[in-house]
Amino acid sequence: MNATTVRLALRELWANKMRTFLTCLGMIIGIGAVIALVTVGNGVTAQITSTLESLGNNLIFAFPGGPDGGGRGDNAPFDRDDVEAIRRGVPGVVDITPAAQQGVEATFGGYKAATVVEGGEASYFRIGLWRIAEGRFFGENEAGRSVCVIGKTVRDKLFAGGTAVGQRIRLGRVPCDVIGVLYPKGTSMFTGDQDDIVVMPLAAFQRRIQGSSDLFNIQISAATRADIPRVMDGVRQSLRASRGIGAEERDNFTVRDLQGFVQQAQSIFGYVTLFVSAVAAISLIVGGIGIMNIMLVSVTERTREIGIRLAIGAQERDVLMQFLTEAMILSTLGGLVGIALGLMLALLGVGLIGAPFLPSIGVIVGATLFSAAFGIAFGFFPARRAAKLNPIDALRYE
Amino acid sequence: MSASPGPLLAFRNVFKIYGEGDTEVRALNGVNFEIHPGEFVAVMGASGSGKSTTLNILGCLDVPSSGTYDFMGVGVETLDRKQRALLRQNYIGFVFQGFNLLKRTTALENVELPLVYRGTPARERRRLAEEALGLVGLGDRMDHTSSELSGGQQQRVAIARALVTSPAVMLADEPTGNLDSQRTHEIMRLFRDLNEKRGITIILVTHEDDVAAFAKRHIRFKDGNIAYDGPPVPARAGAAA
Repeated sequence: MNATTVRLALRELWANKMRTFLTCLGMIIGIGAVIALVTVGNGVTAQITSTLESLGNNLIFAFPGGPDGGGRGDNAPFDRDDVEAIRRGVPGVVDITPAAQQGVEATFGGYKAATVVEGGEASYFRIGLWRIAEGRFFGENEAGRSVCVIGKTVRDKLFAGGTAVGQRIRLGRVPCDVIGVLYPKGTSMFTGDQDDIVVMPLAAFQRRIQGSSDLFNIQISAATRADIPRVMDGVRQSLRASRGIGAEERDNFTVRDLQGFVQQAQSIFGYVTLFVSAVAAISLIVGGIGIMNIMLVSVTERTREIGIRLAIGAQERDVLMQFLTEAMILSTLGGLVGIALGLMLALLGVGLIGAPFLPSIGVIVGATLFSAAFGIAFGFFPARRAAKLNPIDALRYE
Repeated sequence: MSASPGPLLAFRNVFKIYGEGDTEVRALNGVNFEIHPGEFVAVMGASGSGKSTTLNILGCLDVPSSGTYDFMGVGVETLDRKQRALLRQNYIGFVFQGFNLLKRTTALENVELPLVYRGTPARERRRLAEEALGLVGLGDRMDHTSSELSGGQQQRVAIARALVTSPAVMLADEPTGNLDSQRTHEIMRLFRDLNEKRGITIILVTHEDDVAAFAKRHIRFKDGNIAYDGPPVPARAGAAA
């Protein structure tokens, strides 16, 4: 292949613009779908990861009920002893808080906000990586006080632009003093609005809102990410012991970290990827057959031209290369347009779900090379037919 | 090559037979002739007389059914498809009736094409193509595409394309068949000049006597045999033969 061959091939394709475009359509759709999907996938994965990381500091949590849909024995809530056993007995635990939650209607003056009240200890904010925007967090010595720290969404609904810290709001019928406003974490499609929240000291929450001391949630920070598996195992052994589960019995609680959710989200996205890839593969094959078909038409149309070329000194190899070059340029053009289209679709898609736009250079380069290879593969048969033409017959062809 | 005393091309008892049995057609029936360097030969005859078959074999596009065709001392019938293509590439220049230039391609690019296939470097290619176009009087039309040139000009481009590789022989198949009489005479004068001033060997197939009159030797075919081989005879005598 040389510059002249490429130039002549481009001119040939440009002269038949409409045909070139229609021929490329299969490639455009196939490559475009793959690029769009991979790019959105990258964005979604990055979003899940960053969202889940923002949820907590090397977060591990435990809740009643076995991992396989409820182990034997009961799914009884945790109690204080379970928490204390972990706090004292499991190495690598930096912070731990029992937690509980309940939906309430928060009111201030004439304003209302349907939200969720979470009860936790002072360590709740450290584990959840919360920062304070106004006022302060509650401390260890305020466990029984009816104070609360509110999220930005609740603040906006109840106070609009006015002062929040120092005001007394009602959670249902329970009065509660606002001592702080949380720095917003934002909204994502996996967590919903993370700022639609009211946090109270656990003891006050249990007495005034929940009306029991049942614990449905324990949140734990491991020292480092690498410690997570070891700490999870320690938590599990500790809970089995403190809940009195026999050696032969299954867990009646579940210990998880966020990695499990990442994997779950990725496996769901994996199915979508598989499905769209199958559609894209069909589209590519149809596109390839389209290229082969149009190249065969082109060879027939240009039989006389091929005859001239053979007569004035072209070798079989030269004619083969000419048509392979054309097929390759055709499919590469389709691939490049497909990449551009896919990136545009991806930009639109990630904009819609609020994920970052993360095009992968590797995938783009790969798609380009794949398109070129595809053109060569499907262009080979027509090109060979052209190269094997008998020059006399070709010259006589009208 | 010029030191060699032998002929440039030679047909020795060449037969070309199409079909078999009852449908057998003998296009060439034991044809013999030799062509020496510097000759200007007109191959004549009615359609079906064997002149096109002769040209195809001369151009190494086809091979004899039997007999031998020596090209510079090599039996072409012993060569394979690729070797014959190399022979065309290096020693033969073709000019066709329908000009057969590539569409959407400039005169210069058309003339460069045989050199592209030879692997000539781009700069050398351009120089040779410009020289060949100058020789046929189109030095000022090099960047015109074929659709921007008249029929006579297109045929000049085609002649330049055949010349550019300095072939051992130029084969022209009815080169003036699509031209009016004034263009015909211009093109034929060009052929005569190339033969006389440049010493290029030319073999021309035609059925027109006034075209053949420019050649220095006539070979007239009839039913697959050579009916006449010699210097041009006056047109009336040729027509009567």
